Amino acid sequence: MAEPTITLNVTRYRPGQDKAPTTQAYAVPYKEDWVVLDALNHIKDQMDGTLSYRWSCRMGVCGSCGMMVNGTPKLTCAAFLRDYYPGEIRVEPLVNFPIIRDLVIDMSDFLDKLKSVKPWIIRKEEKPVAQGEYLQTPAQLEAFHQFTQCINCMLCYAACPVYGLEPKFLGPAAIALGYRYNMDSRDQGQEQRAVLGNHDGVWDCTFVGECSVVCPKDVDPAAAIQRSKVDTTKDWFKSILMPWGER
Amino acid sequence: MSATRPDPAKLYRPKMPATWWLKKKSYFLFMLRELSSVFIALFLLVYLYQIYQLTRGPEAYISFTQKLNSPGWILFHLIALLFAVYHSITWFQSSAVVLPVRLGEHLVPRQTVTALHIGAWVVVSVGILILFLALKG
Repeated sequence: MAEPTITLNVTRYRPGQDKAPTTQAYAVPYKEDWVVLDALNHIKDQMDGTLSYRWSCRMGVCGSCGMMVNGTPKLTCAAFLRDYYPGEIRVEPLVNFPIIRDLVIDMSDFLDKLKSVKPWIIRKEEKPVAQGEYLQTPAQLEAFHQFTQCINCMLCYAACPVYGLEPKFLGPAAIALGYRYNMDSRDQGQEQRAVLGNHDGVWDCTFVGECSVVCPKDVDPAAAIQRSKVDTTKDWFKSILMPWGER
Repeated sequence: MSATRPDPAKLYRPKMPATWWLKKKSYFLFMLRELSSVFIALFLLVYLYQIYQLTRGPEAYISFTQKLNSPGWILFHLIALLFAVYHSITWFQSSAVVLPVRLGEHLVPRQTVTALHIGAWVVVSVGILILFLALKG
């Protein structure tokens, strides 16, 4: 009996040659324990070495292999062929990003935005190492812990229609990470992350909520954004009511 | 860092189709939620106009309310009511995301927060309806 196969319809785009992306079909062996990334690696190794895509850890940690699988942003290392078989699978680059080649998108915009929220601990004054570490209670850790799980895979940007329509929008992951540091009891840099409260920050978000649905690490960017809206509003009222008070 | 960036001239920039919100159920439900505000705003305008008629005396008010009894207006109010109910449910779902409720060390599940909100909303609505019917009767 012939080995069962599954068809992958893969987006191809050769910069400088193609005007627009095209689709190429590959019939790859169907194996129950294969994920879409395994199938792509099979194509690359055995069928067509010209196919380009990003991947690294193949275990949901590095966040490199995010693509659109049948129209939904997914880590291809976690998208099993068996969930689609015997149907065909459409593999496209993450939407809302420019395409460099085939399945590789340009992430420069995301990296700039990530940097703009200063996702690191900012202290007004660093204390010397000799004075020991900054201690936290379990409750203080709990306040931000889930947002530390972000792996910068950008699936949330592909799921966000606001980012698609308004490219200036800071976007789910960058806001969630900015919020993560604002909520960290060791951090004192909230004023330096004013970009979160700008129009292109949290206020562009219309709470579609898909960012949190597609997140492979169960981070909840939608919640971070809505809570940031509440915090920003509270700060604004405080600044009006108590212009000289400490915020 | 800019040296490592791809040549912008060679990038393909896909355009988002105008029908994006028809592509996924969640996007469609989101658009319905946004659209609900239009019907709620229209209802409020009609309601304000009705109150304005009250200031013009009983005849004007009665003649306007009689107009509202036409099938077209009843249909409009029915649609506005459905949108208002849908909007309220999504509001309570959102509230649970925005304001996490803690009991001691435990986080109350979102579904519970939403269910309690909706329960309270139903009780208050029924209360108002009973009060209205009692005052009318």
